[in-house]
Amino acid sequence: MEPIQIPPVDLTLIAPLLTITAWAIVLLLVDAFLIPDERKKLTGYLALAGLAVTALVAVPLWNVDGSTFSDMVVLDRYSLTLTWLFLLIGGLTIAMALEYLPRHGIEQGEFYPLILFAVASMILLAQATDLIVIFLGIELLSLTLYILTGFAYPRVTSEEAGMKYLIMGAFAAGFFAYGIALIYGATGSTNLAAINAYLAAEPFVLSEQVLLLAGVGLLLITFGFKIALVPFHMWTPDVYEGAPTPVAAFMSVGTKAAALAVLLRILGSAFPLAYEFWLPVLSVLAAVTMLVGNLGALTQTNVKRMLAYSSISHAGYVLLGVIVATERGVEAFLFYMLAYALTNLGAFAVVIALEQRSESAWSLDDFSGLFQRQPFLAIAMAIFMFSLAGVPPTAGFIAKFYVFTAAYEGGLGWLALIGLLTSAIAVYFYLRVVLRMFTRDPGRPVEPAMDRGLHLNITLAAGLTLLIGLLPMPVVNLVERSLVALGL
Amino acid sequence: MDTLIFIITAAIALIGAVAMVVARNAIHSALFLLLNFGAVAVLFLLLYSPFLFAIQLTVYAGAIMVLFLFVVMLLGAERIEDAPDQIAWQRPLGIGLGVVLMLVAMATALRASAFAPPPGGEALATFGDPAALAALLFTHYLLPFQITGIILLVAVIGVVVLNQRGRHRSEEAGREDARTRRREDARR
Repeated sequence: MEPIQIPPVDLTLIAPLLTITAWAIVLLLVDAFLIPDERKKLTGYLALAGLAVTALVAVPLWNVDGSTFSDMVVLDRYSLTLTWLFLLIGGLTIAMALEYLPRHGIEQGEFYPLILFAVASMILLAQATDLIVIFLGIELLSLTLYILTGFAYPRVTSEEAGMKYLIMGAFAAGFFAYGIALIYGATGSTNLAAINAYLAAEPFVLSEQVLLLAGVGLLLITFGFKIALVPFHMWTPDVYEGAPTPVAAFMSVGTKAAALAVLLRILGSAFPLAYEFWLPVLSVLAAVTMLVGNLGALTQTNVKRMLAYSSISHAGYVLLGVIVATERGVEAFLFYMLAYALTNLGAFAVVIALEQRSESAWSLDDFSGLFQRQPFLAIAMAIFMFSLAGVPPTAGFIAKFYVFTAAYEGGLGWLALIGLLTSAIAVYFYLRVVLRMFTRDPGRPVEPAMDRGLHLNITLAAGLTLLIGLLPMPVVNLVERSLVALGL
Repeated sequence: MDTLIFIITAAIALIGAVAMVVARNAIHSALFLLLNFGAVAVLFLLLYSPFLFAIQLTVYAGAIMVLFLFVVMLLGAERIEDAPDQIAWQRPLGIGLGVVLMLVAMATALRASAFAPPPGGEALATFGDPAALAALLFTHYLLPFQITGIILLVAVIGVVVLNQRGRHRSEEAGREDARTRRREDARR
């Protein structure tokens, strides 16, 4: 029998992915054998170093383009920009967790390699161009998140959140696998470009392609779950509330960004010809998500749950950029994700600063009069709230403006209108937090726990939120050069 | 002949799946799942995949089922308590939606595809034998194969993390308990 010839693969194209995965595995061993129990923070610093090294490794790839591993992964500027975004998200999350974990008595070195694995899977998703790889990437990401969600193990809410997320996630994975099978049955391939080539080969009537439609529909259900679109959002508030706060922050931006990025690639490069099917479906989902997310946040008195609902509504806004599937839409998506990631991670960092051990300080009352006690935290939180609400001169304003313009130009004016109206609703509950902080007298005393990591985190996030809001052009230039090749 | 075998095994697979969901005893559920696995294995054989047939039997019907039964019996979770349903309207709604989904699926299946069968539809002589599968895993599907390895690694880490910590913490809690008890004794 002849030996198996392993085909030539171009490892430079997945260099960032390899770097971070290898770093995670080595860090796991270093943590287990070299780092003593009371110095687990060192593992966190090493993980941060890994993220920095990966970001540097990605720099020389800016002018490289190509695909490898039987066209299953691709390297383009779209994936590179997303890679940097994911590394930033991972870095801010680890900075938040450095003090949070020991303070809550749940410090374990494995936390940091797990974050690295999650970031690796997100990078993989940004580069994937085959449904099988996408499926595995989503599973890898979900698996790390199940573990991280249940990380505060003896706390019942954390355990409950992990369990809920696991069961729902397993269910969603089933939908995805079934969807891939049906799409393979209809087109004979799992490769995104090959699917498009097959569909483009001869004209067809979309409504007769029931197998294809059913397959795409199943995929959309899975993405609805991962991105937390209404009506697949039920798990979100419970899971975010129960998960350790840095993990909730990571999930609220990281998972969404990765899932939306890959959804954009799937829709744009595999099913541009089926847009008559997915455009109305996703439009309605986006509209309902914006409405329900904002209305749900309106009634919350728990700030962590409010942020969970707010993350649902933001998924709706950013979905606008994804589904218009124009160049402007891709730019808007990338810009929005960056602005939202900075703002939301900052807001969660403030929540962490106010969080006490074994007692949650997430109620609105704990924010009352924060300005008198902690002017720094209050001002930073105000910046984040303004940015989430989309008030100028913050990054959130430019991001919303970008997305709504893209939607309007792409012929989705009615969605842009709904976006504007729901943003007006959102202003109420975001500004309610700000008003409480600045006008009310302090309620029960909450001792904020500020440390260097958190301080740096909040300063960085608030500073960048303002900076991007005032000087958006560098970021706009970056996203304009990071377009994905759309098959439209 | 193929069609006849297919209809019989498919019916057995369906019966096994439905009975697994309906059965109230967890052991019965597991055994019905075993029936379903067996029937699906035969379906693989009908699709010219002897290797998948063998894997299905050894891995799923063998190893995984034993693990299931072991866990269920270890936890003594054979019986579901007949607690009243917390959300009464959930069951009829679920059944109704399930029926709707099945009707849609049947309509999908009955409507013929306008496309010709996709290229590569005819089976090769070496189709599905272990050597061909291995060659695919190490050539075309090299990357997914590697990612699967990472996924398993993360799963192992997860089990260790969640377990080890639980033990560690309960020890700590136990020590604290003992300390408070001693203090109370001293006070007395």
